[in-house]
Order: sequence, then structure tokens, then C-alpha cells
Amino acid sequence: MTRKKKTLIHMILIISAFFIAFPLIFALLKATQSPGQVMSATLWPGSMFFENIKNVWVNYNFYQYMFTSLKISFVIMVGKTFFSFFAAFALVFMNFKGKKVLFGMILVTLMMPTEMLIIGMFDLVSLQPPENAVHFLKWILNPKAFLLEPIRYGFGWTDKPLSIVIPFLASATAVFFFRQHFRNIPGSLMDASLIDGAGPFRFILHVLFPLSRNTIGALFVVQFIYAWNQYLWPRVIIRNESAQAVQVGLKALIGNSEGVEWGQVMAGTIMTMIPPLIILILLHDHFMRGIALTDNK
Amino acid sequence: MNIQSQFKSRFLHWIFLVPTVLVLVVFLYFPAWQSLILSLFRSNLFLGTRQFIGFENFKNLFTGPLAPAYGQVFVQTIVFSVLVIFPGLVISLILATLTNSLGKEGKIYRILLIWPYALSPAVAGTIFSFMFNPETGAVNTFLGLFTSWQPRWLDSPLLVFFLVVSGSIWKNLGYNIVFYLAFLQNIPAENYEAAALDGAGTFRQFLKITIPLVSPVSYFLVFTNMSYALFEAFALVDILTSGGPVGSPPVDHAGLTTFLIYKVFQDGFGGSSNMGFAAAQSVILMVLVALLTMFQFKFGETKVHYGGSSS
Repeated sequence: MTRKKKTLIHMILIISAFFIAFPLIFALLKATQSPGQVMSATLWPGSMFFENIKNVWVNYNFYQYMFTSLKISFVIMVGKTFFSFFAAFALVFMNFKGKKVLFGMILVTLMMPTEMLIIGMFDLVSLQPPENAVHFLKWILNPKAFLLEPIRYGFGWTDKPLSIVIPFLASATAVFFFRQHFRNIPGSLMDASLIDGAGPFRFILHVLFPLSRNTIGALFVVQFIYAWNQYLWPRVIIRNESAQAVQVGLKALIGNSEGVEWGQVMAGTIMTMIPPLIILILLHDHFMRGIALTDNK
Repeated sequence: MNIQSQFKSRFLHWIFLVPTVLVLVVFLYFPAWQSLILSLFRSNLFLGTRQFIGFENFKNLFTGPLAPAYGQVFVQTIVFSVLVIFPGLVISLILATLTNSLGKEGKIYRILLIWPYALSPAVAGTIFSFMFNPETGAVNTFLGLFTSWQPRWLDSPLLVFFLVVSGSIWKNLGYNIVFYLAFLQNIPAENYEAAALDGAGTFRQFLKITIPLVSPVSYFLVFTNMSYALFEAFALVDILTSGGPVGSPPVDHAGLTTFLIYKVFQDGFGGSSNMGFAAAQSVILMVLVALLTMFQFKFGETKVHYGGSSS
């Protein structure tokens, strides 16, 4: 490549990166400004950054939103990856009856994004649980009632973090991701382990896990960001504002009043962005490699 | 590959599979079935009433006074998806190709270009709603320095649509670039060297080598982006426009940025709380997604160029 052409590519990329980052830079600068400055066109940094942050953190419940979201995202990230790892392990490395059926059941859920199920999910999660086992058995053992009223009872989790954690602890996509990766691991490794007399757990610990670091890293990034960015479901199921997730908290920050404190709102958006960015930057290498490994096979 | 021998156990595989299968059945299968049943009822969230009405809800979607709004929302959603997917993929592929062509030198751009992957639609909506706020927004204040053109971004039909489209494209650039970059790194440089020897210029190489080689990822991305446009853009719409202004005929039946999933939300949990009607809409969405997924599986393997990745 000629030098001139290279310079041109650098320039195009720098300009594009700037344009892509501009809204974020803008938000960051505005987060530092006083209410007066925020309304003007100036992009000069102000001196109110920490005051804005503090205001949002304390007065607008942001510490609670952030804490809730950190908690649920962490549990989803670890739980989903862990469960998917073992589910995929069973599907690839174990022989048993009914494997095809189970695999088919997981496969079908690829067609069911949670967002389009919110109507049914809402009942399932918000209705009260049955008073006692008799009520429950009466309903579930009566085929007609069960078919026509598939959700007579629910978990009673409205406003509880459980409602935005438990439904997301499994994912067909994550199982596929691991399955794909496992199927590319040479069979000889498996045979060698068997000859050595290693059981499934030793094989997982000494062979599979070390070989899966990039895949796990990639899934950590994907799942954390997915969980952190949840919006529609918490918006529907969490009615009590203090139990809300951070993305919906952003909406509460803008509210619907006339006098929105935009400097503080921008401080809130910056805070909302930091945890997923940290995860992405920390695991960036694993993430890119994990995706490359899985995607081109 | 083939695995000759496998672990055998009487119950271990169940322990491994139960958490995943249980969660999927309880939280996906049941709600899907419930939505299906609910779509046959007249059901109100707040009153808690439930009355069997057969296919009335579906009939109302396609004929009668409620139908024009649904039709408009349907068309809007398709236009929106197309406008988000194709320009978004083209921009992403160009940026990923340029970054990749720099080799190791391009490494710094990787993180600079993929960070929007971590960006949430809600954050994108929040920043946009400040930048484009007609009275206090920076864009109009900035425009005021040069012109007297002060558009009411969020109230004028074409502008608001354009805003939501560009916000969605912006937010999804990172995701698309991640996949293109990951794929491009594995294309052997010889492909390009051979083409260069034959005298093909940069543009021809892009057209004749890059685009066909990345077709498997592009294909995959078309579907993930479709799901993004159908579902995830919800947060951006909710914060930025709340479904958007109602336009002038023939688009005066529903808000201009009310898309299918937003309408499910509005009808089910909004003022009228018509859960049965919203459930019928979810069922239509399910059919739509099922068709798209089957289409993806059916043509994903055969119609796509796999030449480069078999190495």
C-alpha cells in the first residue's frame, strides 16, 4: 500500500471514529457544565462535573439503580455462562437418551425473544403463587385447566430483582456458542482423557476450561452488556421506582417536566455507560478472539 | 469433527441440562402459550376481567376502526428495519475493511470503533433527546449561530423518523463492526495479493473479494439486526419520542415512530390495558419471527459464499 493511500485511510478512520464518539464526548462535556452553560452552545468543559454526579447519585436515586443493575448483570453474566457451559457439555460430550429432543427444545427458543413474550411473561412473574400445594396440583393435573389457563399462578416477583434475573439465566444462543466451540476441540483430547481414566469433571477442569477461556470471556462481555442494557422488561415488571434498573432510571431522570436539568441527565448517562465499557475494554481481546473462533467455523 | 467416545452417566447430564431447559420452558414456552391463549380473550390488566371472544382480537387488527393504525405501524416497522439494516451494514463493513487493511497499525481503531457495542439504546435515546430538543437542544442552538432554521426535530414527521433511524444505526455500529472485524481477520491476505497482481484496484477488490467473502457474516448480521430493529430499538423510541408525533394523512392513525413492539407495549400496558389485543399482536410477531428464523436456517447454509472460511 502506498504511503499516500495509508494516510488517507487513517484520516477516514479518525474522522469516522470522531463522529461515532461525538455524542458521547458531547454528553461528557455537558455533564461538566452548570445549568446556565448547558443551555448554550458552548462545548467548553465546566466545573460542575462532580456536583452534577453527586446530585444525580443522591437526589435521583442513581446509586440504587446502579447497584440493582450491577447486581443483576453480574448474576446473569456468571449464571448464564455457567449453565450454558454445562448444558453444552452434556450435548456435545455425553451420550444419553432424549438428547435430540432436548436439543430441539433449546433450538426452538431461538425464535422466542423475550420482548415479544412480555404479555405472557407479565402474568407468569406478577401473579401470586398458589396458596398451597392442593391448589397447585388441582390446576396442573387438570389438563383442561392447564391448557386453557396455562398461567393461573405466578411467582409474585413484581418489584423484586428476581424478576429481572431468573428468566434470563438460560439462553439458547449461549448454549450454541459453547456447543460450536466444543465441537471444534479435537476428539483425541477426549480420548486421551478417557484412557487416563479422567471423569467428566477432571476433563472439564484440566482440558475444556483452559481451552474455553476466550469463549467464556466473549460470553461474559455479551451477557453483561445484554443484562445491563435491559429496558423493556424492567419497565413493565418493576413498578416501584426505587427497585428499577438503571436504563429505565434514565427515563425517570428526564421525567416529563419542563425544567429538565440536562447537565445532570448527561452525568447520569455517563455513569450508565461506564460499567459495560469497563467490561468491554477489560475483556476486549478475549471477546474478539472468542467471536472470531466461533463465527467462522 | 467426530467424537468416538463419550462420557456416560446415569444422571449427570440431567444435572447439567436441567437449569437451562427448565428456565427456557418456564420463561419462554409458558409465556408463549399464555400469549396464544390470551389472544382469544378480551382481557383487561387493571380490571382483571377475562372473556372469551375467539378470533375477535385478530379480526380487529385487520378490519374495523383499529385496523388502520395497526397497518400503519406494520409498514412503518418494515421501512424502519430496512433503513436501519442496510445503511448500517454498509457503513460497518467499510469501516471494518479499512481498519483491517492497516494490519497491526489499525489496532488502535478497533476499540475506537467497537465501543458503541456497549452503548445502550436508552443512553442513545437520552443523548439524542437532549441534542435535538427543539428549545434547549445543542443542535438548534448551534444552528442558530449560522441560520434561522430551527427545526422541531421531534415534532416533524420526516425529521423524527430520520432521527430514530440514525440513532439506531449509530447504536448498532459497534456490534456490526465487531463481527466484520473478527471475520475479516481470518481472510488470508493472499486473496488480495493475487487480485492486486491482476491489476484490481481497491474498489474492485472490495467489490469482488471482500463482499462475497463476508457474505456469511452479512447474512447472519441481517437477521440479528432485524431482531434489533424489531425489539431492542424500543428503548430508544420510548425515551426519544414515546412513539412519535402523529403525522398528516395517510399516516395519522398512529405515532410515526410507533413500531410493532412499541404498540404491543402501548396497548397492553398503556392507557387501555387491552391485554388480549396486545397478546394477539404478540402472536403476529411470533409468527413473523418464526418465519424469519426458518428462512434464515433454510437459506443460511446454501445461498451463501463459504469459499474463504473453509481454509
